[in-house]
Amino acid sequence: MAAVTLTEVGPISGARTSRAPLLIVGLSFAWIAMIVIFCVAGTLIAPFSATAQNLSIGMAGPSSQHWLGTNNLGSDVLSIIIVGTRSAVIGPVVIAAGSMAIGSALGMIAGYFGGRADTVIMRWADVMYALPGLIVAIVVVGVTGGGYWLAVLVITILSIPYDTRVVRAATLEQRGRPYLEAAMLLGVRNRVLLIRHIFPNVLPIELANAFLTFAFSLVTLASLSFLGLGVPPGTPDWGRLLASSYEQLSSNAVASIAPGIMLVLTAASASILGDWLFERLSDRGRAR
Amino acid sequence: MPARAIARSIWSGWKGTRHPVLSFALRRILIIPVLLLIISFLVFSLTYLAPGSAVTALLGGKPSTPQAIAQIEAEYHLNGSLLHRYLGWLGGAVHLQLGASIRTSQPVVQVIQSSLGVTIDLAIYAFILTIVVGIGLGFLAAVRSRRAADRIISGASVIGISAPAFASGIILLYVFAEVLGIFPVYGLGSGFFSVFWHLTLPAVALSVSGMALVVKLTRASMIEVLDRDYVLFARARGLPRSRILFSYVLRNGMIPVVTAGGLIVIYLLTSAVLVEVTFAIPGTGSLLVQSIDFKDIPVIQGLTLTLAVLILAANLVTDVLYLILDPRIRGGLAWQPSR
Repeated sequence: MAAVTLTEVGPISGARTSRAPLLIVGLSFAWIAMIVIFCVAGTLIAPFSATAQNLSIGMAGPSSQHWLGTNNLGSDVLSIIIVGTRSAVIGPVVIAAGSMAIGSALGMIAGYFGGRADTVIMRWADVMYALPGLIVAIVVVGVTGGGYWLAVLVITILSIPYDTRVVRAATLEQRGRPYLEAAMLLGVRNRVLLIRHIFPNVLPIELANAFLTFAFSLVTLASLSFLGLGVPPGTPDWGRLLASSYEQLSSNAVASIAPGIMLVLTAASASILGDWLFERLSDRGRAR
Repeated sequence: MPARAIARSIWSGWKGTRHPVLSFALRRILIIPVLLLIISFLVFSLTYLAPGSAVTALLGGKPSTPQAIAQIEAEYHLNGSLLHRYLGWLGGAVHLQLGASIRTSQPVVQVIQSSLGVTIDLAIYAFILTIVVGIGLGFLAAVRSRRAADRIISGASVIGISAPAFASGIILLYVFAEVLGIFPVYGLGSGFFSVFWHLTLPAVALSVSGMALVVKLTRASMIEVLDRDYVLFARARGLPRSRILFSYVLRNGMIPVVTAGGLIVIYLLTSAVLVEVTFAIPGTGSLLVQSIDFKDIPVIQGLTLTLAVLILAANLVTDVLYLILDPRIRGGLAWQPSR
């Protein structure tokens, strides 16, 4: 019982970094759930067709029929936002998953084998870190005229070094543990050790990091479509909606503010959930 | 020192086995020429990334007479092997000869020069805001840890860190320019105060994310420092609270913020593109977007190189500051070779 009372009293020091209250975590979870629903069934939920134009209305403020008003082509803003969730979110999910898979493989190799493999991988990561991500994405996608998936590929490549660093550090932390030395003494092969023993222990941190990658790439991808790159014209998309509406703030400010708020809240929810997962799943979180 | 000894000491410096400070400095300095080479090659290859042949891309709208093609090929080193072409281009770039803009026919260097000033002003303005307000708020949140002020500041920083510069820019535009009418909506104005006034909203929009990051870093690091024994002892010795906070806590807690300085500069320079487009500021960002719309390859190449050099310089300055500020870091930073 003594241990229970101790944890109830909580840590004496203020060293614990802020942990999001459960209410906030719940809200973030609900928000992400809503985004998933929009993503899967957006066209069914949306009150209007997101691409239907009504030039006679033009850009109008919120009304009882169009809750968030209409954009410059007379399309319903609420519907564009609901349907546009897909193009905003699918890319970042692919980026987070791809960068997690490649990044953790490289990170585990660098951390476990050390030596030359480590030197080469980490110097490569140093080089990648110094590249200005957004500019690289703008220039490559803009000059080649490549579409959405090229943008996804470029951003994936740019996010890999972040995952690599996180996983490498986590692998190094595992290397000194007794269970690993025991497994090594038993003569377990490197491949099995990496996949069966190290990977499950590194996974929580990597999962938490994937949420951060998602948040970061959501913003980057939306920045590209705000500049008219990536998503083809005419697609219902948050960045495109914002770009086509902000010059007419006085006609319907909601049309340019709402997609911005969607972006910010989705990215913030993802990073809150990532932090929460990290604290729940990792040793470091438990020790706090 | 014979060449082999030098080579060996560079190698051991690179691997970080012998001398931590030297290895750190060497690693950061050695990486710069490597980076410049890689970036310049990427920038060079942009000519070939564009759809269609390099000649048509560089001709733009001009009529494709044999003379014009020959002239373009000579000017942009389009003949010979890839290495030959690259070296020719690089030689020109080193002498600031990057060709002429396809859109305006002005020399690229001149086009970039005329737009660079505004972007640098904007970035400096935003940098000062980021650092001063970010550290101030983070410090306040740490001192008032877990009270209302801390909760509000921490909550706002979670939102702020996820806000892309164009989203915060549009909200600021709406509130302060459209509804309240305090700030101008577009453009730059003329004269120092007018420019300053016109750049205020863009600079705030640009600094929101970085500021939120600085708040987070400062708060976490200050809370950790507040918990250290030397702070407890200083309190026990009866030192005034202000002295403890400013000369013990603030100073030691600043170090992680300095580390993030380079990151913040990169963020500001790149996000300036979004802010300049949002607020119609004629800086390098707007120029980049216009040049991309026009497929003005020489200007895109020049701009990318300029930004890369600025960012490398900012990184170098951060690293040096980092070493100067905290002698302890010199030992701790040594890259640990994994046995």
